[in-house]
Amino acid sequence: MKEVILIKLGEIVLKGLNRRTFEDILIKNIKQRIKPLGKFEISIAQSTVCVEPLSDDIDIDEVSDRIGHVFGIVAYSRALAVEKDMNTIISSAVKYLEETMSTTSTFKVESKRSDKKFPLTSPQISAEVGGALLTRYSHLTVDVHNPETVVTVEIRDKYAYIRSGVIKGAGGIPTGTSGKAAILISGGIDSPVAAYMMAKRGLVLEGIHFASPPYTSERAEQKVAELMEIVSKYAGRMIMITVPFTKLQEKLHKDCPEELFTIIMRRLMMKISQRISEKDDCSALITGESLGQVASQTLQAMVCTDEAADMPVFRPLIGMDKADIIEISRKIGTFETSIQPYEDCCTVFTPKHPRTRPVLKYVLEAERAAGFDELIEEALNNLKVTKIGF
Amino acid sequence: MGVRDHLREIYFDNSATTAVCRAACDKAYEVMYENYGNAASLHSKGMRAENEIITAKKTIADMLSADKNQIYFTSGGTEANNLAVFGACNSRKKLGNRIVTTQIEHSSVLEPIKQLESQGFEVIYIKPDSNGHISEKDILEAVNDNTVFVSIMLVNNEVGTVLPVLSASKAIKQKKAPALLHCDAVQAFGKMNVKPSKLGVDLLTISSHKIHGPKGVGALYIKKGVHITPLIYGGEQQSKIRPGTENVPAIAAFCEACKEINLTGSNERVSVLNERLRNHLKEIEGVVINSPDDASPYIVNFSVLGIRSETMLHFLAMNGIFVSSGSACAKGKPSYVLTAMGLEKVTADSAIRVSFCKNNTVEEVDIFAEALKKGIATLARAK
Repeated sequence: MKEVILIKLGEIVLKGLNRRTFEDILIKNIKQRIKPLGKFEISIAQSTVCVEPLSDDIDIDEVSDRIGHVFGIVAYSRALAVEKDMNTIISSAVKYLEETMSTTSTFKVESKRSDKKFPLTSPQISAEVGGALLTRYSHLTVDVHNPETVVTVEIRDKYAYIRSGVIKGAGGIPTGTSGKAAILISGGIDSPVAAYMMAKRGLVLEGIHFASPPYTSERAEQKVAELMEIVSKYAGRMIMITVPFTKLQEKLHKDCPEELFTIIMRRLMMKISQRISEKDDCSALITGESLGQVASQTLQAMVCTDEAADMPVFRPLIGMDKADIIEISRKIGTFETSIQPYEDCCTVFTPKHPRTRPVLKYVLEAERAAGFDELIEEALNNLKVTKIGF
Repeated sequence: MGVRDHLREIYFDNSATTAVCRAACDKAYEVMYENYGNAASLHSKGMRAENEIITAKKTIADMLSADKNQIYFTSGGTEANNLAVFGACNSRKKLGNRIVTTQIEHSSVLEPIKQLESQGFEVIYIKPDSNGHISEKDILEAVNDNTVFVSIMLVNNEVGTVLPVLSASKAIKQKKAPALLHCDAVQAFGKMNVKPSKLGVDLLTISSHKIHGPKGVGALYIKKGVHITPLIYGGEQQSKIRPGTENVPAIAAFCEACKEINLTGSNERVSVLNERLRNHLKEIEGVVINSPDDASPYIVNFSVLGIRSETMLHFLAMNGIFVSSGSACAKGKPSYVLTAMGLEKVTADSAIRVSFCKNNTVEEVDIFAEALKKGIATLARAK
């Protein structure tokens, strides 16, 4: 008798012939996430993955929490696995469901029997278990149409499973089924949310962070790594590249018109990110931009930044309000870290009156006149790699 | 044992914390490894631990010209300040309702007082002048016969101004106020003569890690006959004013750090450094000194107009020089002390605090001045 986790697979059932690959990746992701907690047996049958702890000292609450962070899972439940014997099923159900039943007033029992050799039919199982629960918890009444709690008894190959209720999963599709993309990550609220959203659509991530010491602090970089650690609970392991950006910033400040600082800075970031992506097999860039949120995020500004990169730029937050972005950041747990005050306070490089409708032609002229190519190469030769989620 | 790289590091942030001296490290190790008893235990192991505490109390009391029974160890300056504020005000709240303090106290005095303000105490926060001085007249005006608590620091941690604590004690007597006088002497202890009886204070805070002792220990001096209520409950230790098993290794190490203090020697040394730094700074264009001329020689606060504090701080750190922007506890926010002194935002936003200790050298000051000039010449400024 032990507690296991049963996982109903999500969208991947729709994927036809790719289904096996998707399932394999999902199971690999689950394994990677729970491996530090102990030894498990993971099996799959009839669109249900069963995660069975192989020792008694495994913290099943923690296992459940980690599985709740894995993309590709719509819903899952904790269940008691018991021997396929009616007396055992009944006595275990009464004991296992004590806490649930004492806070519930109406219930029903549903049974499924995939092992047709089991002597009782599904309605018979439901009736017996339901009867035992009614006898033990006399405040209960049965309501087959609108019960507060549904108790499910499933008779499968190896065990009988008893469970009540389901837990909402992280949704999405398994990380690693859509390829790899690079996320431009600052220490702010938006980029971790963008990273989370794209990982949810199956992308493996690589973080790219631009550091400008002494104008930004080492703590700001550390904060970015902490944010990526939180994202990696959903997105899995990744690496973060830190780009030394100071010399480019200083040159930009010295040789370009002030109102174009931000737009040219964004373009330089795009160019460098594209080069890193090509080397590291990333097929797209991801940013946390939301249309109109700040001066560099107007449509005209994005036209100018996109020109700097040849690969697709994903902006999952483009149509979202700040309040909605904050809501997700709270949900995934990055908000508190994002608002710590080490954000790149390099106001030196922030123009007082940024151009909100930059014209590409003039931006390109200014950029060409300053000439950043050498410094870009220098930055690319001095990248720092940090492992996240290992 | 680790080795300190004095050749590559210049540590000018001694008001934030100091390097722990070898004698204190050795003592802490000895007490943790050998003399690890609980001071409350009846056996000889316990007694030996208790003796460490008694020795420490006596050493510190001697330095303060006080009695060993007047020293209460805490987890540091913040706890000692909290104990003084809450302990005094809670024990005296029936006698009056006014608290007098200054706008430039450490946050571990101001925040507890704000808590009491929200509970109904009337608080007068005395404003400093543009040099950070608090006037005796303002103190006299602020204290009335309804005042139960006055807290005035001896040396300000951000600009080094010396405050007129003695006049607060005179004001209390003159106004016949039922007040206890507290002095936060964290930045003064070990750097100037601190005698609670001469200052006329009832409560006085000191801290170990500002004088080359370990972090995690400080003390509150409580004048004989003065009663304050404890912050925490749960044991018989330290007359129940601060119960809990004493941090014997830290206390014994604090004692060792105290023994190494040589006021005259250190002050002479540091005064030379201070003068040298000020001379350098006066020669650099665009630098203004925010510390008054009569400030503690251990602290020099100045602004490099046009370059944000954090940028210059990180630039200096990349060159192996460690300073502070305003105060270490106020990351990212403009300093409330400099703001209270009426400094313009541009000046407050570019403030740098250099704080010395006896181990710093003239060569270090010269290297620092060179690095500062290099930063001023190369760092990008807001357009």
